[in-house]
Amino acid sequence: MTQPVSNCPNCGAKIVFQWSSSVQTVCTYCKSILVRIDVDLKKVGQVADLPPDSSPIQLNTEGIYHNKAFVVAGRILYEYEQGGWNEWHIVMNDGTSAWLSDAQNEFAVSFAVPGQSLPTASQIQVGQQYTWKNQTYTVTVITEAHYKGVEGELPFQYWDKTDVTFVDLRSQTGKFATLDYSDEQPALYLGEFVEFDDLKLKNLRQFEGW
Amino acid sequence: MSAGQPPLPSQPAKPQVKALNCPQCGGAITLRSFQQAVTVVCENCHSILDAKDPALKILQQFQTITGELKPLIPLGTRGKLRGTDYEVIGFQRRSIESDGVRYDWHEYLLFNPYKGFRYLSEYQGHWNDITVCKNLPTVRSSLVSTANYLGENFRHFQTADATTGYVIGEFPWQVRVGERAVVSDYVHPPHLLSCEQSSGETTWSVGEYIYPQEIWKAFNLPGQPPEPVGIFENQPAPSTVNLKTVWAAFIALSIFLLGLMAFTDMVASKDQVFTASYRLAPGPVKGEPSFVTDVFELKGRDSNVEVKTSANVSNSWIYLNYALISQDTGRAWDFGREVSYYYGRDSDGSWTEGSRRDRVIVPAVPAGHYYLRIEPESDASHPDISYTVTVTRDVPVFSFYGWAFLALLVPAALISLKALSFERQRWAESDHPILQSSG
Repeated sequence: MTQPVSNCPNCGAKIVFQWSSSVQTVCTYCKSILVRIDVDLKKVGQVADLPPDSSPIQLNTEGIYHNKAFVVAGRILYEYEQGGWNEWHIVMNDGTSAWLSDAQNEFAVSFAVPGQSLPTASQIQVGQQYTWKNQTYTVTVITEAHYKGVEGELPFQYWDKTDVTFVDLRSQTGKFATLDYSDEQPALYLGEFVEFDDLKLKNLRQFEGW
Repeated sequence: MSAGQPPLPSQPAKPQVKALNCPQCGGAITLRSFQQAVTVVCENCHSILDAKDPALKILQQFQTITGELKPLIPLGTRGKLRGTDYEVIGFQRRSIESDGVRYDWHEYLLFNPYKGFRYLSEYQGHWNDITVCKNLPTVRSSLVSTANYLGENFRHFQTADATTGYVIGEFPWQVRVGERAVVSDYVHPPHLLSCEQSSGETTWSVGEYIYPQEIWKAFNLPGQPPEPVGIFENQPAPSTVNLKTVWAAFIALSIFLLGLMAFTDMVASKDQVFTASYRLAPGPVKGEPSFVTDVFELKGRDSNVEVKTSANVSNSWIYLNYALISQDTGRAWDFGREVSYYYGRDSDGSWTEGSRRDRVIVPAVPAGHYYLRIEPESDASHPDISYTVTVTRDVPVFSFYGWAFLALLVPAALISLKALSFERQRWAESDHPILQSSG
């Protein structure tokens, strides 16, 4: 995999992209949010310190999903009234990108699925059913979340959010869907729940006393 | 690393167990699940605190009755449960009321920073190992609803209003004393599927019955676990055999017995070696009462010999003293047979008693030449009686099969009855008790 190298326009530190298609990254030194425009990097903002969280996953955690190795390249951290969760941006060894979400140690892997017809946020109610790609999903929860920050590389620009709406749907076969209403155009992610042990994660975070 | 680079920023610090103080009583509060805790309850003054608030805002306070049960597994206890290390971080008592009686159960929240949360529930010494469902079960409503989870069918057991009465420790959700939820349990022993509904949210969890000894061992708890009382909704039946297996085995063995019977019948040569008819004239017997038959030959291996007697008795009887005598060795087998047949009518209708035929088997008779000595007797006033004696060698004997069949049936029936009584006790506490069959 190519690893484009450039320098932070803010502090000059070396910026290495793990994934050639990353659109945004955060300088690990000065915490500038950098967006790639052609070959140049442009500073668009600055991340405040991320609130402490206790996901066992961190940047550069490695794992295996469906026989493909992946590495954690970035994340978005959200909070809602029942706690926080992380959407870890993972990059597969075949160059595709996906999301490993960790909500109170419930892990799921999902992929962006563009080109589907999606309901608007106001149309959605718990218990409704939607079918995408021949799989029926039931709306289980609508979450009003607060964007808390980003870290590492992301496949899109994402940094100046506040409140965002997510709709979680589940199937009867371990599959799940998320509708993300943080942009004008809703985005659909389809995936499945995964067992922690099945991901064979390496380079995990350490916990004091564990 | 090339020269001129600033030093790498240090990794974020390892999350540490937080020690805080209760804003109400100043007592020590430990946050064991790092940032996962949403509410934490002071063990000392029972203030329910907002764990997300740096100042630990007080959300609720509750009174406890004196003598409130202490958790059987103290908060902070670590153990290895089914291969994973867990720490007990929360405890709550919940209860349902039925006919004015309060039934309590206890829930222990377990935490591992990598594997997440798990629960142990305890009701009168019965324990369940519980996790939140990742998939959505399907419920089929009928007289007794069923729920299907990952291909497993569960039967509805009970739906009840559960109230939280006591909480200590920390929870990754909002807990309050007095909070109510509608809990529906579906069982497929040893598994349990529970649906909790409260304030618009539905949570499914799946549990497995776990023996208390396993928990005591996992958490290295002192003493003995409390003895389980009664039969719990998803307690596995004590016999590990299932009834289908028992009856399948019964049918298979019965078919095998039938096969053996057919085989016995097939290989039996059933050689009729002698038959003759005689007459017992009415009135007192004149001269020597006994007589001997012609000699007949038994060929082949040692085999049984069947002696059949049929007599035209009619409200009368005939008794025959038989001796099967070997002409070659003089060895004799003595046996007496009675043939009697009575019939008539009374207030209950017509009746009969006895039979005009009799059959007896003499076992293991060697080959050779034999004859019968026969001494008939009857009433002094008996009528004229004709009778026929038939000797057949090597006949199939089926009585063994009757006993063998019974020997199969009795344990299968006993196991079924025991299982049925266990199931009756299990379902007695449910919304769908098994009714005792009348009579």
